[in-house]
Amino acid sequence: MLKKILSNYFFIRLVKALVTIFVVATFTFFLIRLMPGNPLDIFIATQLAQGVPLQEAQERAASLFHIDLSRPMMLQYLDYLKNLARGDFGVSIISTNTPVSKIILRFLPWTLFVVTVSLFISFIGGILLGVVMALYRNSWIDQILSFLASIISSIPNYVIAMLIVVYFGVKLKWFNIAEIRGSLSPGVKPEFSLYFLKDAFYHAMLPIIVYVLTTIGSWMLVMKSSTISTLGEDYVEVAKARGIKESRIMTSYVARNAILPLFVSLAISIGFVVGGSPLIESIFVYQGIGLKLSDAITTRDYPVMQAIFLIITASVVVANFLADLLLGVLDPRIRTSRN
Amino acid sequence: MKNILISLKDSLKIMMRNKVGFIGFLGTIFFLLLAFVGPYLMPLNMKADLNSIYTGPTIGHPLGTDYQGRDILMQILHGGREVIYVALMAALLTILIAATFGALAAVAGGLIDTVLNGLAEIIITIPHFPLLLVLASLIKFKSPTGLAVILAAIGWGGLMRSIRAQVLSLKERDYVEAARVLGLPISHIIFREILPNMLSYISVQFILSMTSAIYAQVGLIFLGVVPMEQHNWGVMITLAWNQGALFNSRAQWYLLVPITIIVLLQLSLITMTRSMEELFNPRLRRGG
Repeated sequence: MLKKILSNYFFIRLVKALVTIFVVATFTFFLIRLMPGNPLDIFIATQLAQGVPLQEAQERAASLFHIDLSRPMMLQYLDYLKNLARGDFGVSIISTNTPVSKIILRFLPWTLFVVTVSLFISFIGGILLGVVMALYRNSWIDQILSFLASIISSIPNYVIAMLIVVYFGVKLKWFNIAEIRGSLSPGVKPEFSLYFLKDAFYHAMLPIIVYVLTTIGSWMLVMKSSTISTLGEDYVEVAKARGIKESRIMTSYVARNAILPLFVSLAISIGFVVGGSPLIESIFVYQGIGLKLSDAITTRDYPVMQAIFLIITASVVVANFLADLLLGVLDPRIRTSRN
Repeated sequence: MKNILISLKDSLKIMMRNKVGFIGFLGTIFFLLLAFVGPYLMPLNMKADLNSIYTGPTIGHPLGTDYQGRDILMQILHGGREVIYVALMAALLTILIAATFGALAAVAGGLIDTVLNGLAEIIITIPHFPLLLVLASLIKFKSPTGLAVILAAIGWGGLMRSIRAQVLSLKERDYVEAARVLGLPISHIIFREILPNMLSYISVQFILSMTSAIYAQVGLIFLGVVPMEQHNWGVMITLAWNQGALFNSRAQWYLLVPITIIVLLQLSLITMTRSMEELFNPRLRRGG
């Protein structure tokens, strides 16, 4: 019986995740295919204007968008889904003959690298500071940290990025902006060497600082309130009454329980790692997937745009699914109740 | 009329109790005036003046000039209307959609509830900024209102779910039951019994929706996917960034002025929410 309910909870979550991915894939297909002035029509029109015969223009469009125009719309849609399932996103319009999947593999690792490192630093730092704030709540430490956390969370991250570049780069000249842009210095190739790692971190440094600064505040505040509510639990009182050392109560009783709800948020945040931030990446000209997305949009490279968007969404969906599972494992009350 | 004035005075008094919140409130009023009265204070003259490029602050140009010698103060005065209009409209529409769907789902239940909830879940899951970028490439955001509609159309998910949850729990309260037993009309129950209890939450969410609309709007302008008027604060930041604020330290003024405006506007809005909570939540009021 219990096992049945358990599988039921996971099953519902799985169906929800799949439906979301399916809806997004369908939505992008019909948006690109059916909108008035849609990219397909525009592409064919430009080809015609360049003197390409209609038939050939349609063939080119078909091969680019992986859509066979002679077939009925529903069959085209099925083809599209079939290609997606095989991980075939078509070819880029701008860099001719380059498969979209290849482009994604080139840009994605940089975003994953920067955002994962930032998320790690920000999560750990936020947890530690949050516990400190909860322990010394209403002291000057707590007040200063709370104030800073709420201020820095309300400033747009791209503004912080610009201020860092202008103040520390242009004004104080702590680093050379022209040199630090991009994800690697010219001539440096990805390899297992100290030299490569040093260069990668040198270029990733500024985006990491910005991500950490703009996300650490909310981790701090959430951890603080979680810790404060845990401090009031009965088992903490009991532990005190049993005369357990204060430091041990803090680490094994309070912090361990207070951190639980944050792991679920962490799982959700991991989904957003793939998307990175088009804004931060474009300010630092960091060659990640977010920059590629905004490039694809300005150059109207629809297959690339569509694929990146799908991947970003799918990773958030998968992360949410994992977070739900994690929540179900951590909190038995959730998986036993329906919905 | 007199009653309204008295309650206005009382409201101000309550808002003043939270110092930080009140400063935020004053800041918000200032930016609203700047955006909507500002354009009448100084005529707009976007003609290039090549003799006064990047002057920095002078008597003639208190906030300096841009890369074509145009006054920055003048552009600031004219550049807020669009930004704040989009933020207000987007927040208003977000609240309207979220409140309608949330209340409907909670009251109707059944299939309507399942469908609306599922829709909200999908909308929450899709990362907003990438979605905006994709939409911007397919739909031309021609007007500020159009942009506000899109921002609301993708931003209502989370709010709808919490409004639904609140209505569900308020529905069961004793005083609502009492009103129902008394046979009071459903409109009375919604507008006099349930809604006033959510006013604090909704007003705070309105402000937060404004801040995220400002974030998204300036971000979209920065990536060049939304064409907007040339003196809009977001466009000013973008132009300043692209016109060499990076390498030309004289150009920094041009970048720093609109950035400071945006940051202060966001901070004012966020801090104002503290006073709003006290204003609409009598329990907090007596306690503090």
